[in-house]
Amino acid sequence: MENRSFYNEILTEHNIHPDFKHDIPDADIVLDGVNPSCGDEIQLKLKIDGDIITDGAFVGDGCAISQASTDIMLGMIIGRKKEEAVKMGNTFMRMIRGEASEEEIESLEEASALRDISHMPARVKCAMLGWRTLSEALKNES
Amino acid sequence: MKNYKKDFPLLMQNPTVYIDNAATAQRPQAVLDAVNGFYQRHNANPLRGIYELSVEATEDYENSRRAVQRFIGAAHPEEIIFTRNTTESINLIAYSYGLSNVAEGDEVLVSIMEHHSGLLPWQMVCRQTGAKLRFIECESDGSLDLNKVEALINDKTKIVAATQVSNVLGREYPIREIARMAHKNGAVMVADGAQSTPHIPVNVTELGVDFFAFSGHKLYGPMGIGVLYGKEELLNKMPPFLTGGEMIESVARDSAVYAEIPHKFEAGTVNAAGAVGLNAAIDYVKGVGFDEIHRREFEVSGYALDRMREIDGINIIGSDKAEEHNGIITFTVDDVHPHDISEILASDGVAVRAGHHCAQPLLKHLGYRATVRASFAFYNTKEDADKFLESISTVRERMGYGKQKLL
Repeated sequence: MENRSFYNEILTEHNIHPDFKHDIPDADIVLDGVNPSCGDEIQLKLKIDGDIITDGAFVGDGCAISQASTDIMLGMIIGRKKEEAVKMGNTFMRMIRGEASEEEIESLEEASALRDISHMPARVKCAMLGWRTLSEALKNES
Repeated sequence: MKNYKKDFPLLMQNPTVYIDNAATAQRPQAVLDAVNGFYQRHNANPLRGIYELSVEATEDYENSRRAVQRFIGAAHPEEIIFTRNTTESINLIAYSYGLSNVAEGDEVLVSIMEHHSGLLPWQMVCRQTGAKLRFIECESDGSLDLNKVEALINDKTKIVAATQVSNVLGREYPIREIARMAHKNGAVMVADGAQSTPHIPVNVTELGVDFFAFSGHKLYGPMGIGVLYGKEELLNKMPPFLTGGEMIESVARDSAVYAEIPHKFEAGTVNAAGAVGLNAAIDYVKGVGFDEIHRREFEVSGYALDRMREIDGINIIGSDKAEEHNGIITFTVDDVHPHDISEILASDGVAVRAGHHCAQPLLKHLGYRATVRASFAFYNTKEDADKFLESISTVRERMGYGKQKLL
């Protein structure tokens, strides 16, 4: 059957074989992110050195969208400055709301694989879970 | 095989394979016509006006009450109270009967299979009165051990509340036997009929229940009309739930004399068009007949269940027997989150429900967090089941888990 759903290879690959789904025992920031209505639950763990996110990972359960989106996010933000990560998060949220330009969407690299969520209101929360948790974690920290 | 979809305008206009009937059913033309006809020909505020239109509106409304009375086998029309839905009906019992008859040290017994609307009102009663909330638990296949139920009921039990058909498992529970146990200990029996009334003939007198609640919209009727049945002697003694217009005999500055039942419990302008639509829905269901409804639902959902068992990675929750599902098939697919399953089904034009189905304690008891529910109605066909089966057989593959093969 032709795959009319939007689950492309990038998403399924990050869902089944996540790069960053593991524990970081000595994380500097640990924050829970939950979508109570659908049961997505992650715990985001970050290591920070000054302004730089030096390492990051997550544990938890949820749908493929929440898991893949969080995994993609971590791949993009590790090694970046906190303020860059927050900016990326804002661009991602603009994309999900259908407000981002083509140029902005391209700047999101792999995360642009989730652009079609903007037409799927029921799944917006799933795609945002990791980014929302990240933004709260960095806000609490500063 | 008769095509019942022809009776349902939405199903004729929309190609969606609609198998989310346990959430809400579709409405036949006869129901839409009845609602429309009320507004076009008889609309006035019922129960108050002296003029002809209001008299007609009142007649339409009260005829619907009598139709419901006959439909569920109540002894008197006054025992039928129109509400918005099952949730409001159960809240009415909880706030009116529950808060006045339950005290600290008492027990309220509910089944773990309750929809949240059959649980939260009793949590409220126990919180406010200091009574203890206890649970009837089902076995892993969803069945009930009546000996265990009996052991839970004692002279402290004031209310026993159980759903007649589970919205997750589709299984019917022995309400009559549970009601007998409740009465032996002086408790009242509340049954939730939201999922039973669309599938099986119900007779509240034979069941021996004190209260029975159901919704019009799951029975092919309009949204916003529901029913509470209560035994006359209990309703007479209960205080009103909501107060205001149309539920009084007379009102002074600081007091009021309430109307007799059922009007005592129907404050404000009633949903007369909804009641008329429910009357038409009951007529429609009687016209099709519960034998035919059961035969069709069993045939299609039984076929789907058999085929699902042949697909790798699918786990069906509840009974092994299709006749114990009442068209409701709740399942999981290995490694794939229910929301992703439902997304893939939606992209193939199949409408199912994913999540906790407003029954979190039951899913937790059975060891699940979330599941997918396909719920078939008598208008669903084998072709509907085939489209559903074709889609779910590709779910794991489309989520990147390699090709699925038939066992």
